[in-house]
Amino acid sequence: CIASSSSTHPLYPAPFFHYPPSSCTPPFPSPTPLSSCTSLCTAPPLPLIHPLNKQPANGSGEGHAKPRKAFPVLGIDYTHVRIPFEISLWILLACLMKLGFHVIPSVSNIVPESCLLIVVGLLVGGLIKGVGEKPPILKSDIFFLFLLPPIILDAGYFLPLRQFTENLGTILIFAVVGTLWNAFFLGGLMYAVCQLGGPGLNHIGLLANLLFGSIISAVDPVAVLAVFEEIHINELLHILVFGESLLNDAVTVVLYHLFEEFANFEQVTIIDIILGFLSFFVVSLGGVFVGVIYGVIAAFTSRFTSHIRVIEPLFVFLYSYMAYLSAELFHLSGIMALIASGVVMRPYVEANISHKSHTTIKYFLKMWSSVSETLIFIFLGVSTVAGHHYWNWTFVISTLLFCLIARVLGVLVLTWFINKFRIVKLTPKDQFIIAYGGLRGAIAFSLCYLLDYKHFGMRDMFLTAIITVIFFTVFVQGMTIRPLVDLLAVKKKQETKRSINEEIHTQFLDHLLTGIEDICGHYGHHHWKDKLNRFNKKYVKKCLIAGERSKEPQLIAFYHKMEMKQAIELVESGGIGKIPSAVSTVSIQNINPKTLPVERILPALSKDKEEEIRKILRNNLQKTRQRLRSYNRHTLVADPYEEAWNQMLLRRQKARQLEQKMNNYLTVPAHKLDSPTMSRARIGSDPLAYEPKADSENLPIITIDPASPQSPESVDLMNEEPKGCGGLPPSPEEDEEGLVMRVKEPSSPGTDDVFTPGTGDSPSNQRMLRCLSDPGPRPEPEEGEPFIPKGQ
Amino acid sequence: RLCRQLCTKAMTPLSQKSSGTSDQLHQPRCVCFLCSKENFDSIPDLEFNPIRGKIVHAFFDKRNLRQESDGLADEINFEDFLTIMSYFRPIEMNMDEEQLDRFRKEKLKFLFHMYDSDHDGKITLQEYRNVVEELLSGNPHLEKESARSIADGAMMEAASICGPDQVYEGITFEDFLKMWQGIDIETKMHVRFLNMETIAHCY
Repeated sequence: CIASSSSTHPLYPAPFFHYPPSSCTPPFPSPTPLSSCTSLCTAPPLPLIHPLNKQPANGSGEGHAKPRKAFPVLGIDYTHVRIPFEISLWILLACLMKLGFHVIPSVSNIVPESCLLIVVGLLVGGLIKGVGEKPPILKSDIFFLFLLPPIILDAGYFLPLRQFTENLGTILIFAVVGTLWNAFFLGGLMYAVCQLGGPGLNHIGLLANLLFGSIISAVDPVAVLAVFEEIHINELLHILVFGESLLNDAVTVVLYHLFEEFANFEQVTIIDIILGFLSFFVVSLGGVFVGVIYGVIAAFTSRFTSHIRVIEPLFVFLYSYMAYLSAELFHLSGIMALIASGVVMRPYVEANISHKSHTTIKYFLKMWSSVSETLIFIFLGVSTVAGHHYWNWTFVISTLLFCLIARVLGVLVLTWFINKFRIVKLTPKDQFIIAYGGLRGAIAFSLCYLLDYKHFGMRDMFLTAIITVIFFTVFVQGMTIRPLVDLLAVKKKQETKRSINEEIHTQFLDHLLTGIEDICGHYGHHHWKDKLNRFNKKYVKKCLIAGERSKEPQLIAFYHKMEMKQAIELVESGGIGKIPSAVSTVSIQNINPKTLPVERILPALSKDKEEEIRKILRNNLQKTRQRLRSYNRHTLVADPYEEAWNQMLLRRQKARQLEQKMNNYLTVPAHKLDSPTMSRARIGSDPLAYEPKADSENLPIITIDPASPQSPESVDLMNEEPKGCGGLPPSPEEDEEGLVMRVKEPSSPGTDDVFTPGTGDSPSNQRMLRCLSDPGPRPEPEEGEPFIPKGQ
Repeated sequence: RLCRQLCTKAMTPLSQKSSGTSDQLHQPRCVCFLCSKENFDSIPDLEFNPIRGKIVHAFFDKRNLRQESDGLADEINFEDFLTIMSYFRPIEMNMDEEQLDRFRKEKLKFLFHMYDSDHDGKITLQEYRNVVEELLSGNPHLEKESARSIADGAMMEAASICGPDQVYEGITFEDFLKMWQGIDIETKMHVRFLNMETIAHCY
């Protein structure tokens, strides 16, 4: 849905912001930078090194002809850096604003950030206007090509897939039928208003009004995200409104192009309408298809990136962006392509890439989307000041009114219909929030901005009306939704920690329900999901995930993630903290009902470093049969509680170990053994840093990297002592073994089938070290989390 | 109680494998229908299900069948089948708090019985390990150790939730309830049948 902008000059990139020429700034596409730049120097060498100069001969000739000037020591050449400079300034302004809002918390509690940003934009626009320059208007190209994709990619990549698919029917109905209803209702009513509105409005035809309706009826994902993220509403409502805002892009694209084309026609025939109907399917399904293709390619590429970890994030970004651009190329829905590619590639890519890459992807996406959002809102404000406006009371007020009415009516009717098919019905409270959360935003503005003046002379009036509606929804609805949510006591998001218990139960329940469905012969939701999972496991994963990780079951992966997360949290909290004490003092006595002497604990506490490490190593060994057996032999197998105690003990040791030694990123043992995971290892995503030992083919390789390269805690793995007391002298034989470990940070809750690089049987010296650098994603962006663990 | 009409329709694949009384199945109010474990085992789709043993077991568990005695029934009839299926009813909008709570407890009790295979009212560590092993049984190359460690970790987590004094003997039903507090089982544990009209007759 982008009209291509015509570049004014082959050399210079089209100006990002539409700066109308004024006397202050030099006319931009000037072929002779020398003559126009405010440089103080006109020395001959300059033209030769100026990259954009097309006429070096001229310059040098000029130089020779003129009397010689002194060699310039200092000069100013603004036009040279003008565009990047201004872009950076705007982005810097956006970031500083964001910073400012968090420094002054009182304001941001009442007013959502988006409102503040628009106000800032208004101020800045006013400032620029006051200075005499014309402030820039947000060009649609920039918006659609650069500002929107990061936000959508961020949303799509971290989409909570489970809730999304469970509510897909509802979301689709809201997105498609709801938007259609809004567009036609609004368009029709506005046409009526125009007919009755007097001379100023009479000339606006039905099609123009329908086009206007279709532009403004779409719920905007940017605005919804900005507001809903702050109110922490429960997941169901969040995914409903947000999903709707994402999926209605297809409808918007089709309607927009449809009415834009139709406005040129004299007559609209049935064939055109049928074609329009068809094009809806083409646009949406085509967009999804393009996205899926790129997602699969990205997943496949990531399978081979084990040697060049550094550019892994770039693959993700580039493939997704290409999906977006390819879809836009064919006038398909770019947003749906972007989301489809993110959703498809995510499980496989996450299984293939290193942890640092995963963290990089996460943080880059959050960063870009955050900056984009800020810029969008600021520019909305600036464009309001800068744009040409045509205020018509009737039009604007009636637009506003009918928008609200259409939304409320639409939600009510659709919910009544949807509730017949839903198990979890939508209560009136939910319906109110859904209706109230239908915010309009910058997409509507940009779409309107794209309209051609020739065909739509009343564009300015449309623009004014749209801006008014946007302001109203963002300011009034955005500000009041939080107190309303509190007032209506809408269920908020539960901050449940994903526990291993929950995971077990959820999987159990899934299988149970699938089984029941099979017994009844009823092919329901669970049946198909199970079939998809099995197909996935059997064929797809083998292709797209490198190596042995393709076989890892989800439960194991999840367990490792949990352990890792706990360990990270432990270390980041800067101390042994509560877990060991709670677990040790309390659980010991309870999990261990037999008279395990308390003395056992004490020697453990006062254990030698080597002993700790030995225990850690023992648990973190690669899974070879010998290791297993040795471990089993040495522990008291008969007593199940003893084992649990051992593990808890290990956990404590590890924590202490970490606390003392951690100066780097953490990694985690790779294998599926019992794993209270946690061990230290070197940052290993750089393959050059990793040197596998040739002779340690079968031994796990542990690279402990404290300040001193020679690890004092080399241990003899074969001579482990079962009991906790007493230590063995470290044997020099297995010095400097390297343990290659792998870790995976937990995925955001709610994502399904996230496969993590886990354990496996591949030879240890082929393993890449993976590092974890943060405790794991949570639903909301962790802006408060330290990126680097404390020990860094 | 679930609608018999509905369940007759649903029961057709099962009934095809049942012993004997096939001619009587056409009556919606058949009570002579008898079903044994073998019939369940012969359902092809269940083969891929890792916990099929437990599922089949649950159908015959006398505690689920609301019978006084303990242990397993040898055969179940249509009424019993409906009893089991009634655990999977979806919730209605007009249920009040107390009904909802009872509903939830029933469903959780069903789950609890599935975990607690030796019928002693507690889920011990060994039983939990069994559950995890079964869940992971779809992956033949997995070692028992992983299942064991996962189960141990889960038990310790349960310990922290339920309070340390309770867990070592096993997870009782109250602890089980506590563990499930965060998850709204009423909305998750249901089987939806496509034929909506029959559901309307049910309540």
